Formats: sequence, structure tokens, C-alpha cells
Amino acid sequence: MTAAPEHPTFLGMPPFPAAARVALADTQLRRNLAHATGTIRAKRAGVVAEVDDWEELRQRAAGIKDDTLAHLDEHLLTLEAALTAAGATVHWARDAADACAVVAEVAKSHGIDQVVKVKSMATQEIELNEALAAQGISAWETDLAELIVQLGEDLPSHILVPAIHRNRSEIRDIFRDKMAAAGRAAPEGLTNDPAALAGAARLHLREKFLATKMAVSGANFAVAESGTLVVVESEGNGRMCLTLPDVLVTVVGIEKLLPTWADLEVFLRLLPRSSTGERMNPYTSTWSGVTPGDGPQEVHVVLLDNGRTRALADEVGRQALRCIRCSACLNVCPVYERVGGHAYGSVYPGPIGAILNPLLKGVGTDKQTDSLPYASTLCGACADVCPVAIDIPGILVHLRTQVVDAHRDDSVPKAEAVAMRAAAWGLSDAARMGLGERAAGLVGRFGRGRGMPGGRTALGWLPWPGTRWTSARDLPLPPAESFRAWWKRAGRHEEQR
Amino acid sequence: MGDVRVAVMSTCIGDAMFPDAVRATVRLLRRLGVSVEVPEAQTCCGQPMVNTGYLDEAVPLVRNFVSAFEGFDHVVVPSGSCAGSVRHQHSLVAARSGDAGLADAVSRTAPRTLELSEFLVDVLDVVDVGASFPHRVTYHPTCHSLRMLRVGDRPVRLLSAVAGIDLVPLPGAEECCGFGGTFAVKNSETSVAMGSDKAAQVRSTGAEVLVAGDSSCLMHVGGLLSRQRAGIRTMHLAEVLASTADSPAEVARS
Repeated sequence: MTAAPEHPTFLGMPPFPAAARVALADTQLRRNLAHATGTIRAKRAGVVAEVDDWEELRQRAAGIKDDTLAHLDEHLLTLEAALTAAGATVHWARDAADACAVVAEVAKSHGIDQVVKVKSMATQEIELNEALAAQGISAWETDLAELIVQLGEDLPSHILVPAIHRNRSEIRDIFRDKMAAAGRAAPEGLTNDPAALAGAARLHLREKFLATKMAVSGANFAVAESGTLVVVESEGNGRMCLTLPDVLVTVVGIEKLLPTWADLEVFLRLLPRSSTGERMNPYTSTWSGVTPGDGPQEVHVVLLDNGRTRALADEVGRQALRCIRCSACLNVCPVYERVGGHAYGSVYPGPIGAILNPLLKGVGTDKQTDSLPYASTLCGACADVCPVAIDIPGILVHLRTQVVDAHRDDSVPKAEAVAMRAAAWGLSDAARMGLGERAAGLVGRFGRGRGMPGGRTALGWLPWPGTRWTSARDLPLPPAESFRAWWKRAGRHEEQR
Repeated sequence: MGDVRVAVMSTCIGDAMFPDAVRATVRLLRRLGVSVEVPEAQTCCGQPMVNTGYLDEAVPLVRNFVSAFEGFDHVVVPSGSCAGSVRHQHSLVAARSGDAGLADAVSRTAPRTLELSEFLVDVLDVVDVGASFPHRVTYHPTCHSLRMLRVGDRPVRLLSAVAGIDLVPLPGAEECCGFGGTFAVKNSETSVAMGSDKAAQVRSTGAEVLVAGDSSCLMHVGGLLSRQRAGIRTMHLAEVLASTADSPAEVARS
């Protein structure tokens, strides 16, 4: 057996501002991201504009998800019963360790040391590949972009296109240098032509599909009434994994439930247009348990919590569980476009990652997670494109409040907390504020500096933490007379014209 | 406007740092026949605290806001961001305070609070305010005007009606400039990266003046443009609309 390459993990990533600083200086990353997000953004906008009832559709989707989440306990039992009746084995996993143990156990019961994988966020979230490797089982990614990430011993940086930070020349180099050690080598003289790269991946993966006895997948949706799992994909690798092996294990987050088959219609219209900017995705696979003589003859389903019930308990944040992992919010986010996915330190980057990670893990314990709700300007572009209408900016502010509240009893308050309390004191009373303005006005009256366009004087340098502003931006000196002072002196007496 | 009482909210940043924008708001409204009141007890809407997660600290500011502006029919704000905070966040702060009286007061003041272009177009029903501004201008629609208040094309309609103006579209106009309140210092590197791209788009228009409805965003992009010696200045929407042929705004120096 060939061992799968060692994957780095997101463990121990620095808080967002520090990680972003590194990413911002990566010229190739900046260029790749600006190009890729710009392209997919335009495609999405085009196909969404074709749908007259888009707003109604997304409100409908939000409603279905909210109703399902409100009665999740009942729907989960319905799903379990339907799956069991169809010949599947259902497992309940409280956390990542539980879920990984189930998958490893199934493999070991068959003496299997190699599995193929359909692209799945849930299995990345629980770091299944690493857990299987520790048990001597190699997990091979079969989605093209996941393959690039895996062979490159890299981390995913986008939900839908995990190798978005790579361009085709980098991919050619990864294939040329790494494919041979993982199985079938890249063809001689491989160029960076997209068709040639896809061809190399196809040959490499075909060997894996035909030789592997077990597959692991996630699911985009799980229909409770019929016990149907649904995978939506573009490359056909999912279909290969779901039909060729003898054993199939599917790890599903418990928020993926839809009560009825009819509910799927709404989501299958929303998802492709929001994610790849296509009217319809090329492959939609659905299966319910075991079909004798056709496809996998042993089917397992792992229902994963791993923080989802924690998120569900948060009255404001729970709407994040509507998420269908389309990544439209990443593609439209001006912060994500500049720093990329790795800076968020999670398989869930971008605006949805900035709310989902703190909701799943809880705040107040680690600085990296606590930095995520602040990784946004609250510009609101994400909420506008979200196909399930998640109020991401609202949840970001809500989580910021949780972060601050978690530190209210610290024996040594943060400088920021002290500054905010002082500002609140100064700004909650007009007399105190006016006094502050008069002091600033003195600085303004006697301050010297370069003239800014328009005639005000530039303050080009401030001591820390002001340097964070002035290192790249001028600031006008405070005016000699505030509006308040002008109003008292002259404004209120001026003639109405 | 009869017995209708109209207050101007100066905003803390307008009051302390950009008084010209607020003075222009007063001048413009008076020119349009509005009898303007400026409650002297006003301070700040509390948005800096709310958006950084300091909800308790915002309570006294919201309390101060409602007591300063209670009883007015309209509160006009030369800022999409501050108006947005009053309309969409004051209820959160009031709920946090547990004070039913405050929640009640907020339910009266919040819906009456309007961003300048909303007040002009929706309440005064005017698009041509009689302004004159013979300069090349580009307009940046700030995020909270656009996506929180949904002011739409109101500011552009107002600007388009200004005599002599050469209004050039800003490429990528709807993308955030990167200011983001405390984001500008907590994530200053990312903020500057976003602002640099916005500044480049502004420079590509060949405009002499960058106009927006929020002094805060203008402070950020204007700070970058000034540092770059771009030779482009920023002005608040109110300053352009207040400028007339008889009393023109000084652009090169003011």
C-alpha cells in the first residue's frame, strides 16, 4: 500500500490579524485570488439574475431550514428509521473522535487499508484523513482540487475550490513532482494546459477507483422521510466513489437534514447557481441504503454533532446552521479576496467560517477562534448573496459581544476594554465630549504638518496604537473649532435663508 | 414643513473631526426651507462600542441619544453608518439594558432617524437641491448606506442634478473600502490593502473629488490618497449639495 502524504493541520494557527499579514504579502496568492473570486462572482451574478423569484426562493429555503432545525430531534429519528429500513447502519457521533473511530472501525473490520473519498467538508472538519493515517489507513481525495491540496501537502483555502490559491503552473509542478509517489505518475512532458492537467488527474484517479474497496463521503442533504443521501458534484468522481466500492461510509452533519423529498427542489435550484455559478450541477447522486447486487453492499451513515447542538442552542447564531456550503459569501467577501482561506485557520474560511467556527467551538477559550468574528468590516456583501439568507453581519456582531463578555471578569482588562470604557464615559455626556473637543482643537490650532488636499493639515504619525492608522494613512489634525462649538458661537443664530 | 420638527444629528466624528460636513448639512437644509434644530445634548450613536462587542458600554450612549432626540419628527444624519446603527442596533442595546422604558423610547426614535439622502428624496421629495459644483467628482456608495439602509441611487440622483458637476462612475463602487470601524486598527493591514485598491479605482476616474455620505469611510480612503500624494480630495455629499453658484464650496483650499 502507498501511504497518503502527510497533511499539515490548522492546529496552532495564529489569530487572524497575524495570519492575514503573512497572506497579504504573498503576491501570487493575491493575484490568484483576485482573478478566481472575480470570475466566479461574475458568473454567479449572471445566473442568479436569470431567476425572477430568487428572493422568494431563498426566503423559502431559510424557512425550510429553520423549521427543520426547530424539530431536529424528530427528523433525525425519522431519518435513522428510514435508513435502517433500507439496509444502512446508522451511527451517532458526538464529536470528531467518535466519528473518526466509526470510520476506522468499519475499515478495519474488512482489513481495508485504503479508502477513496468524495469531497466532504464534514470529514475535513473532523480531520478524518489524519485519524485514519494514525490507524495505518490511507485516505485518498478524488476531487481534483482536493487531490491538488493533498498531493501538495497543503491545506484547503476555500469550501468549494480548496486549491483556489494555486494557479495552473503550480498545479503542473505538484502533479509532476508528487503523483508518482502516490500511485500512477503524471505523463511525461505535462504542460499547464487545463485539459492536460485534468487528463493526468483522471488517469491517476481511475487506478484508485478500480483498486479501492471502501469509500467515504459526506452529503449535501439527507432526506428524512425516505432516508436518502444526496451528493452534488461536478466531476463525476463522487459517482465513481458512491458506486464502485463494496463498502460506503457517509459522514453527515446533523444540520444537513431536509424533511421531505419535495424540499430538495428548492435547494437544488439555489446551490449550483450560488456555488459554481451554473444553472445546474453536472452530477446529482442520491441513494438510500443498500440495493442488492448494485453498488455498495454495506452502507454506513455517521450522524455528526461536533458542536452543532451548541450552535443550535444560540438563539441568534443558530441560523448559521442553514448553511449549504455554497461559498458565495467567500467569493464576494473583500477580506477573503485579499487574505485567502488559510488566514482563517479552519476548513471553513471566509464570512461563514468567521461565524461557524466560533459557534461550533464556543468563544472565550482560544485567541484564534475569538479573532474570527472581527475578521470583517461588516460590509454586508455576504448576507446579500447568501442563498439561505443568513444574517452574517448580525451574527458577527453578536459573537463579538460574546467574546467581550467572556472576558468581562478578567483580572487585568485588555487595553481595548479600558479604551472602550473611557470612550463610553466621554461620549455619553455632551459637556465631557465638548471638553475633549476643545483640547483636541488646541492641538489642531497649533499643530504643524504637511497640507492635505482641501487645505487641512496632515497628522502623519501617531504613537502606538495610533500607528496602526498612520503607518499607511494620513489623518487630518482635529479642527480648531468643533461643530458643537460653531453651533453655539454662530450656527444657531444664523439666519434661515 | 409647518410644525414638523427636524433635528440634525452631527455624529461624533462629524462633530469632532469633520464639522464642515455637518455645517453643510445645516446650510443645505435651511436653504431648502427646513427649520433645523441641533440638540446640544447629543453625542454619539454608540456604534463603535456595539460593533466591537461592547454592548454594556453602548447603553449610556443610546440612553443619551433617545433623550436628546425624543420628540422630533425627523432626525437627519449625514452618515449612512450612524443612521444604520440607530435604526438597526439601538433596539439590541436597549434589549441588553433590560430597561423597557429605553426599548420603548428607541422604538420611537429609531424609525424617525434618516440618512441625509433619504430625508431629501423621501421626505422633502426633492432631487434637484439647487446646488452648483463645477468639478470632476466620483461617488463611493458606503456599505451601510447601500446594504443596511438600502438608499439605492438616491445620492447619485441628487448629485446628477447638481449644476456643472462632472460625475464619473467609480469602478467596483459597491465594494467595501476597508474602513470597518475598529477593523481599521484591529486588522489594519487588511484594511489598508482594501483601501489601497479602492484608492486605485478612485484614481482611475481622474476625479478631483471623491464624494461619499460617510465621513468615516472618507477619512480612511482620503488618508490613503493624501499619503499617496494623489492630488484628490474627499468631500461629504452634504458639502457638494450645499455648494451654490452664489456661495460655491472651495475645493482646492477650504
